Amino acid sequence: MAEDQLQKVFDDKVAQEIKIEPKDWMPDAYRKTLMRQISQHAHSEIVGMLPEANWITRAPSLRRKATLLAKVQDEAGHGLYLYAAAETLGISREEMVDQLLSGKAKYSSIFNYPTLTWADIGAIGWLVDGAAIMNQVPLCRSSYGPYARAMIRVCKEESFHQRQGFEILLTLCRGSEKQKEMAQDALKRWWWPSLMMFGPNGNDSPHTAQSMKWKIKRFTNDELRQKFVDICKEQADILGLTIPDAKLKWNEERSHYDFGEINWDEFWNVVKGKGPCNKERLAARVSAHENGEWVREAAMAHAEKRSPKSSRGGL
Amino acid sequence: MNTDEPLWEVFIRSNQGLDHKHMGSLHAADAQMAIENARDVYTRRMEGVSIWVVESKNIHSSNPDEASSLYDPANDKIYRHPTFYNLPDELKHM
Repeated sequence: MAEDQLQKVFDDKVAQEIKIEPKDWMPDAYRKTLMRQISQHAHSEIVGMLPEANWITRAPSLRRKATLLAKVQDEAGHGLYLYAAAETLGISREEMVDQLLSGKAKYSSIFNYPTLTWADIGAIGWLVDGAAIMNQVPLCRSSYGPYARAMIRVCKEESFHQRQGFEILLTLCRGSEKQKEMAQDALKRWWWPSLMMFGPNGNDSPHTAQSMKWKIKRFTNDELRQKFVDICKEQADILGLTIPDAKLKWNEERSHYDFGEINWDEFWNVVKGKGPCNKERLAARVSAHENGEWVREAAMAHAEKRSPKSSRGGL
Repeated sequence: MNTDEPLWEVFIRSNQGLDHKHMGSLHAADAQMAIENARDVYTRRMEGVSIWVVESKNIHSSNPDEASSLYDPANDKIYRHPTFYNLPDELKHM
């Protein structure tokens, strides 16, 4: 088939909400956009394990430790679902890992902030996972089949992440004065970076318009951010915490909360690698990769020694 | 040494009596490690009672470009469906 015919078949499928599958023809730019988006998403899951892993050994009870471990393990799993989805587009796992470790690929900037107190683990679950869920639920309807299927699994598993975070904060807020202060301090530090997770404003977001046409994205950054603010304000009230934004106010006319301007200089600074933990996060990933090299080598040597075919074949 | 682990497709039976269903893929050095990884990646919440793994290179698939020649011929054979046949309402249990 000629290219313009293939393009038409592709456009029709997208228009009719028929998923695009790996072997279907797709425009190069669509493939490249997905590779970038899905691999960045996968990197975010993997790097996202680091700030929380910081608190596993210091979780205040066995229950908290078990749930935090399970959450971090989920994130490893989510990274793997997403890497596998990206691989169906023709990029290898090694290539993606190289892009992350060399600093060429981006991951969500939120993970370049430090987790200073236990309350931060609560704030991450509530706000960071909350924002992630807000972004990810529409991605379950993304036009690319493997991405949509991966996102369905991710979303199913993430709702516990957010609830465990909120529970941590709720416990602190109902505890001593000092504990409540700790929760308020965590909200103060994580609120604005969480709002930044939705990306630049409409006019400055380079990929939004095309991605929406392709139905990779379903809502603009600003629509999702507004929805998030509306929901969080009410949840903060349940906690009895104050959102650190003097301009946050119900707007009867819009039926939404108005909120203050994001510090975009800070946002672009962290994106460009100058956040508080960019270097530390990447160094941790590089060291994990290098220290795992002998394990991967041993596994392959073992597999080679045992082939051809173990006796476990058959159904 | 090349440490690029091969790709495996993972199929999981969610319950006795049901088919194994494709869940996704993962990398592992050999079949046993693929099964162990699949257990961690795809059955953390009791999603399965049995796992198959197949090295992806061993899966052959039809070409989407041939979809019309493969599947369209079934479109005009509606007589393969029970509703094609005109039978009286009095007829029961058929």
